[in-house]
Amino acid sequence: MYRYDEFDTRIVKERVEQFRGQVARRLSGELKEDEFKPLRLQNGVYLQLHAYMLRIAIPYGQLNPRQMRALAEIARKYDRGYGHFTTRQNIQFNWVALKDIPDVLADLADVEMHAIQTSGNCIRNVTSDHYAGATKDEVMDPRPWCEIIRQWSTFHPEFAFLPRKFKIAVTAAEHDRAAIKVHDIGLNMRRKDGEVGFEVHVGGGQGRTPHIAAKVSDFVPESELLDYLEAIMRVYNRFGRRDNKYKARIKILVSETGEEEFRKLVEDEFAAQRTAEKIALPQEEIDRIHAYFEPPKLAAKPANSESFEKAKTADAGFARWTRANLHPHKVDGYTTVTVSLKPMGVAAGDATDDQMDVMADLAESYGHDDIRVSHAQNVVLPHVALDDVYELYRKLDAAGLATPNEGLISDMIVCPGLDYCNLANARSIPVGMAIQEAFSDPDDQADIGKFHINISGCINACGHHHVGHVGILGVDRKGEEYYQITLGGRADEKAAIGQMAGPGLKADDVPVALKRLVDRYRELRSSKDETFIETFEREGMEPFKDAIYAGA
Amino acid sequence: MPLIKDRREVDDIWAYVPDEADLSPGGCITVSLARFRSETELLLARNTEIGVRLEPADDPHELEEFLDRLTLIEIDFPKYTDGRGYSQAQLLRRRMGYEGELRAVGHVLRDQILYMNRSGFDAFETERAELPSVLDALEEFSAVYQPAADERVPVFRRRHGKD
Ligand code: HEM
Ligand code: SF4
Repeated sequence: MYRYDEFDTRIVKERVEQFRGQVARRLSGELKEDEFKPLRLQNGVYLQLHAYMLRIAIPYGQLNPRQMRALAEIARKYDRGYGHFTTRQNIQFNWVALKDIPDVLADLADVEMHAIQTSGNCIRNVTSDHYAGATKDEVMDPRPWCEIIRQWSTFHPEFAFLPRKFKIAVTAAEHDRAAIKVHDIGLNMRRKDGEVGFEVHVGGGQGRTPHIAAKVSDFVPESELLDYLEAIMRVYNRFGRRDNKYKARIKILVSETGEEEFRKLVEDEFAAQRTAEKIALPQEEIDRIHAYFEPPKLAAKPANSESFEKAKTADAGFARWTRANLHPHKVDGYTTVTVSLKPMGVAAGDATDDQMDVMADLAESYGHDDIRVSHAQNVVLPHVALDDVYELYRKLDAAGLATPNEGLISDMIVCPGLDYCNLANARSIPVGMAIQEAFSDPDDQADIGKFHINISGCINACGHHHVGHVGILGVDRKGEEYYQITLGGRADEKAAIGQMAGPGLKADDVPVALKRLVDRYRELRSSKDETFIETFEREGMEPFKDAIYAGA
Repeated sequence: MPLIKDRREVDDIWAYVPDEADLSPGGCITVSLARFRSETELLLARNTEIGVRLEPADDPHELEEFLDRLTLIEIDFPKYTDGRGYSQAQLLRRRMGYEGELRAVGHVLRDQILYMNRSGFDAFETERAELPSVLDALEEFSAVYQPAADERVPVFRRRHGKD
């Protein structure tokens, strides 16, 4: 993975000192809260219902064991013993005192981490495929370009006060695990005539007006990527709406301007860049960054591991876990392991300080020091030898980290909802738990197969309900919580916004309605291999809508 | 209001003339883009120096053909959270090669001045920030990741001994 050089180290340390000064000026009253707000936001500090929240960047979701231990230490020392991994491959701490935050940031700087631009109306942490560099289905490793984008966007002087926040995601795989079509900019890496380049999608997003991104370019060669991004950013900074917070995202600019016209604005801006304005990243720098992402040296192994096969026969629980939580690795004899942060009864994405330490230890012992955070709020160990998987599993299990549900119905994305969030209309976490309860039988889950339920407590859509196969949105009707169900959403290469099934349900009715929905799917699927979303796309809304409301 | 230019506190010899006010006969003045557009001849015929104040929605390209006749361009930040002025500045400096004074006016705060300077501003009219604090702000980072109008050499070149 990328390691800081003297420049990166210095910049991050200088940032800590700068923020220390800003906090001091705020505490002394020299800075007013409204002037301090964007400064703290650009350092990841939010004011929440109960306390300040600190959001720390995990660039493109990658971290090493030392960094994971530093996060565990922050949870122990400054928070209440846990952290919350987010859908943007970040981690949040919910109970940190403002006066401590400069110290937390200093501790982070020691392990090459920061909270820069994790909130505020600027370019946020770049996200990517959590299997990058390990998965069979990628054209190349997207992380070097994520790092290049991270550096370019860090303290970009022109784009720190955009109309609204700005999120970039990059993938290089056939199957899009980075949800690029619901990002402000989504980049899909490809090769054309031997040249590396990017398909560019702009204007995707969720929130109250969900949009699937428009394809603005089929191929921007890598040598021009940053210039092209600057062109998009400048068009957005100049012309994006600033009169209404809810219309300020680039998705609204693209849809109000029209795709054609927007593309022309970007192309014109790009064409007008003079030679002197071009970023002209030297090839040595591109090579320098790529060198950090050389694949780990994996000893040659046979494709099949005897010990692995034996353990599966002997231990049914292990066998079930391997069916859900492993993903094929590029290299024979290795696999990619998902550590589920979605056991029953725990808020999605939460991990305790001890669990973080365990994950760090295991990544060291079995995982070539590589850890990822997925946008589904799980943790991934990308490079594990099949021979080691059983031992790894037993240790994960002992730490409560071996829930066999990656991608299954109980692996939900759930926002904090009314329990923590002042914007919420309804609770999300208890509804998620009730659904997990209804589908608690692991064999039942395995039989249902891939099934994404996403839950948001209000229309801001932090829980990505628009792109869940089943989306659940909390609404408030005369002081009572109701839940609207959407069906058919997806965030992958076939991205779609879910369609509303009908009137909202009461919390108690949601799990039973989903039971009926799942039963209908089992009746209708053409084979066990047809996933719910495929059956839905073939059969349409009617049969599922009938199932949901059959009890009404 | 203190005016800081080229890292020094200087006297302000300029006056902004609001659209509804009469043009004073002497002295250096700035006017809105709208006024400059409608009274271009008259303004350029004055034998005093002339400047224009841009508001966030103004298109700086409208000034392109007059750039060598303007001594000052002010860019207004009615709210410091409105970042359009940074793009106007970059376009004026880098795209159009404007070399006169580029002054940030309005809600100009210490913690935005570094970004403003990097985007091409060389003068800042600030309500509260004192000179020492502004100078500190300009020095807070010893390296930068991207080229901008200030021509500091980005680390991607310094790393390879290029400058
Ligand atoms: C608890 C306090 C929280 C508050 C007050 C909050 C508030 C918001 C608001 C207002 C938006 C809409 C922004 C917009 O459309 O421009 C938003 C979007 C979002 N939030 Fe949160 N949020 C909270 C927690 C979280 C958490 C814990 C996560 C991650 C698990 C999260 C992830 C997101 C994501 C992914 C979006 C969607 C961005 C998009 O539209 O592309 N939020 N949030
Ligand atoms: S979706 Fe709404 S309720 Fe949930 S965290 Fe976001 S703002 Fe809060």
